[in-house]
Amino acid sequence: MSMTQLPPGFKITRETDSEEFFINMGPQHPSTHGALRLALRMDGETIVEVVPHFGYIHRGLEKQGESMTYLQYIPMTDRQDYLTAIQNNLGVVLAYEKGMNIGVPEKAEYIRVMLSELGRIASHLVFFGCFGGDLGGQTCLLFGFKEREMVHDILEEVTGSRLTTNFFRPGGSRFDVPENFIPRVKAFLDHLEGAMKDYERFLSKNVIALERSVGIGILSKEDAIAFGCSGPVLRASGVDFDVRRANPYSIYDQLDFEVPIAHNGDCHDRYNVRIAEIHESMKILRQCIEKFPKEGPYRSKEKPVKLNPGRYYSEIETAKGLYGTYVVAASGDKPYRIHTRGPSFPHIGVLNKMCQGGKISDLVVVMATLDPVIPEIDR
Amino acid sequence: MTQENISTKHYIKRYLKKCITGPWSLLCGLSVSLKYFFNPKKIVTEQYPENRKTLKMHERYRGRLSMVEDAEGNNHCTACGMCERACPNASINVQPTKNIAGKKVLGRYVYHFASCTQCGLCVEACPFGAIEMSTAFEVATTDVTSLEMILNKKEGQG
Repeated sequence: MSMTQLPPGFKITRETDSEEFFINMGPQHPSTHGALRLALRMDGETIVEVVPHFGYIHRGLEKQGESMTYLQYIPMTDRQDYLTAIQNNLGVVLAYEKGMNIGVPEKAEYIRVMLSELGRIASHLVFFGCFGGDLGGQTCLLFGFKEREMVHDILEEVTGSRLTTNFFRPGGSRFDVPENFIPRVKAFLDHLEGAMKDYERFLSKNVIALERSVGIGILSKEDAIAFGCSGPVLRASGVDFDVRRANPYSIYDQLDFEVPIAHNGDCHDRYNVRIAEIHESMKILRQCIEKFPKEGPYRSKEKPVKLNPGRYYSEIETAKGLYGTYVVAASGDKPYRIHTRGPSFPHIGVLNKMCQGGKISDLVVVMATLDPVIPEIDR
Repeated sequence: MTQENISTKHYIKRYLKKCITGPWSLLCGLSVSLKYFFNPKKIVTEQYPENRKTLKMHERYRGRLSMVEDAEGNNHCTACGMCERACPNASINVQPTKNIAGKKVLGRYVYHFASCTQCGLCVEACPFGAIEMSTAFEVATTDVTSLEMILNKKEGQG
C-alpha cells in the first residue's frame, strides 16, 4: 500500500494536502495485551484516529456452547477472561441457577465470594505489573507477578488448576475447600498488606509514572456511560456504579465494603481506582475469613443438569467490569443460545475517543490502564 | 494537550519543586528495589528443574487422566461411557467388549491426550471412581502418536 492511501475503516475525511500516514500496532505487539491490531492514522507523532481490528483469536465459544451441555460450557468460560477465570465461572453458574431454580448453601456462597475476590486481586496485580511494564519499568512487572503467583498457588490447591479453574457448579462448587485454605488466605493477606505498601511507594508517586499518566487519556463521564464502559474504567470517570452494590449477587449485600471512585478519568485515576480496589478486596476477604462457616455442605443436594425453558440473565462484577451471561434454554440439556457480555469490548471501543490528539506513546499507557483481555473480546 | 495560563513566578516555583520531589520519588522507588537486592531470601523464584525431586503438585492438580488401579492392575471401570459423554472435546473413547460370561466389560479405554483440556469433567461424571487426574505435569513429548494412549492394563471386571 502506498503511503498516500489509507486502509478502510478510518472515518475522518482526508484533506488533500495533509501528510498523514498510517501505521500498524500489533497484532504481535507486547502492549496491545494479546492479538489485537490497532490501525493508527498519524500526523507526525500525533494520533488522528485509532481503528481497532479484532478477531485474530476468535474461537466461536458461544457457538460451540450450543453443541455442549450446560456443564461442559463452564470450562469454556475459563478461556474467555483468563486473568479472572474463577469469576467467569461464577457468572455463568449464576445464570444457570436462575434457570434450575436451586439455592446455594451458605458455605458455598462464602467460597464463591472469597475465590472471586482472590481472582480480582490477581487480575489487578497483573494490571499493576503491566502498567509499570508498559511505562518501561520491568521491575513492576515482576513485583506484580510475584504476589499473583501466591494467589494462583492458593487457587491451584483449591481448584486443581492455576488459570483454567472450572470450579463452580450450579448449587455450589466442585469441591469443598481444603483445611488449610483459611490460614493460607490469612497469611497471604498479611503478606500482601506489606507488599502493597512497597508497590505504592514504588510506583504511585514515581515522577515518571505521574508525568506519563496524569492528564493523559481523559475519558469523560458522559462518554464512559455512552460507550458502555464498566468496572474501574467507569468508576475512574466519576460514575459510582458497581454491580456488587447496585444489584448484589451472592452474599455481597452482607459485606461491608466501599466502591472507590475518582473524578478526572485520566490514566492515573484508573490506576488509583484499581489499587484502591485491591485494598477493598482485602477488606472483603478479611470479613469472609471471620464469618466463614466451619460446618455445612459446599453444594446443594440436588444436581440438575437441565434448565427450565426460558431466558435467563445474570451479571457480575469481574475485575475488568460488568460480565453478563444470557442463556436461552429450550428443552434438553444443551442451551439454545448462550451469550456473554464481556467488559473489554466497550473499553476498546472508547480507545479512539481517548487517544485522538494525543501522542503515540500515550496510547500505550491508555491501553495499559484500560486493561483489556483480548480472548474475552474475541471469544 | 491543554494550554495552561500561569504566571512565570508560579512556573519557576513549580519547576523547582519538581526538581526536588521528582528525584526523591525515584529514590523511594529505588529503595524498594534495593531492599530486595540486599534480601535475596525474599525472592520466591523456584529453581526448576533443579528442584525436580522435591517438587510436588497439589493433591487436586489436574494433570493427565489416569486410571485408578490396585496392585494387580485391576480397575473399577464398567464401560458405562459417562466420561465419554461428559467430555467437551471428545478426548475419551471407551470401547467395550464382552467377557466369557457374555457380560459387557471394558475392552480398551482410549484417551487422546492431545485434545484434552484437563477440565476434569470426566472424573466428576464417573459414578465408580474409576478414573482420576494424575499429578504428572511434565508431559511434553516429541512424538505425537504417544499422546494417544490406552489407559487400562487389564480388561474391566464388570
